[in-house]
Amino acid sequence: MADATELWISGQLAEKIRAHGAETYPHECCGALLGRDSTALPEIDRGKGALAPAREILQLFPLVNRRDDSPRNRFSVTAEDVLEAEKAARQQGLEVVGWYHSHPDHPARPSEYDRDHAWPWYSYIIVSVQNGAPQDMTSWRLNDDRAEFSPEGIEIRHRAAV
Amino acid sequence: MTVKVMIPSPLRPFAGKRDSAEFSARTVGEALGHLTTQFGELRKHLFTEDGKLRSFVNVYVNDEDIRYLAKENTPTKDGDTISIIPSIAGGCIQFCHSERSEESALAFEIDHRIGS
Repeated sequence: MADATELWISGQLAEKIRAHGAETYPHECCGALLGRDSTALPEIDRGKGALAPAREILQLFPLVNRRDDSPRNRFSVTAEDVLEAEKAARQQGLEVVGWYHSHPDHPARPSEYDRDHAWPWYSYIIVSVQNGAPQDMTSWRLNDDRAEFSPEGIEIRHRAAV
Repeated sequence: MTVKVMIPSPLRPFAGKRDSAEFSARTVGEALGHLTTQFGELRKHLFTEDGKLRSFVNVYVNDEDIRYLAKENTPTKDGDTISIIPSIAGGCIQFCHSERSEESALAFEIDHRIGS
């Protein structure tokens, strides 16, 4: 996971994340990224040399930010929400491969608080929302040693969501 | 007594890509101890440096959250399933604080220059 990683997402879903950030502004939005990750499969099932993406987002599962006390600068997804997102993913033959949230009036880069609370392997998409308008969108993965995030490339694909 | 520990997706790369593992254990803490002994890389993602479960790591025995039982001393019986369920959190809070600190430092510097 220390290697450079790339995330594929349709323009339509990328737009939905940005719209969710604008909708909840000035509060943070959050949701699950449902998709497929070929690196999670055993080596033999991956199809050597195939041009399949390592990770592709195929559906979103928007969630309600549970942080009533400070929703402008924190978001929280409970274990029950995670189980709901995993169930929704399974029903579509997908898995939860990451999470998205917004940074109202702040840049689209992870905070110390993001790093402290992050899990490895998941993709963390952050969209910056400035004065209510969505701006940059970035994706990050926590390094295995938990010391920092590495940026992940976002490839916008022109294909319909499942 | 044998218990099954379910491993969530983000931790599977550190557990030989397995989604579960079975151990003989009398408590939840013992089962998690066996898990992190077998897969040492899991430890830092589950526990803080002083050995406490991280706040965003939720552990259930069957359908019960161990926070409402006896935490890591929760006894287990043969056939129990222990699930590790992530909760997700983040936000720009510390980012905001550090930016404010930078702004304050800059303001101080400017005031200082004006004053000098």
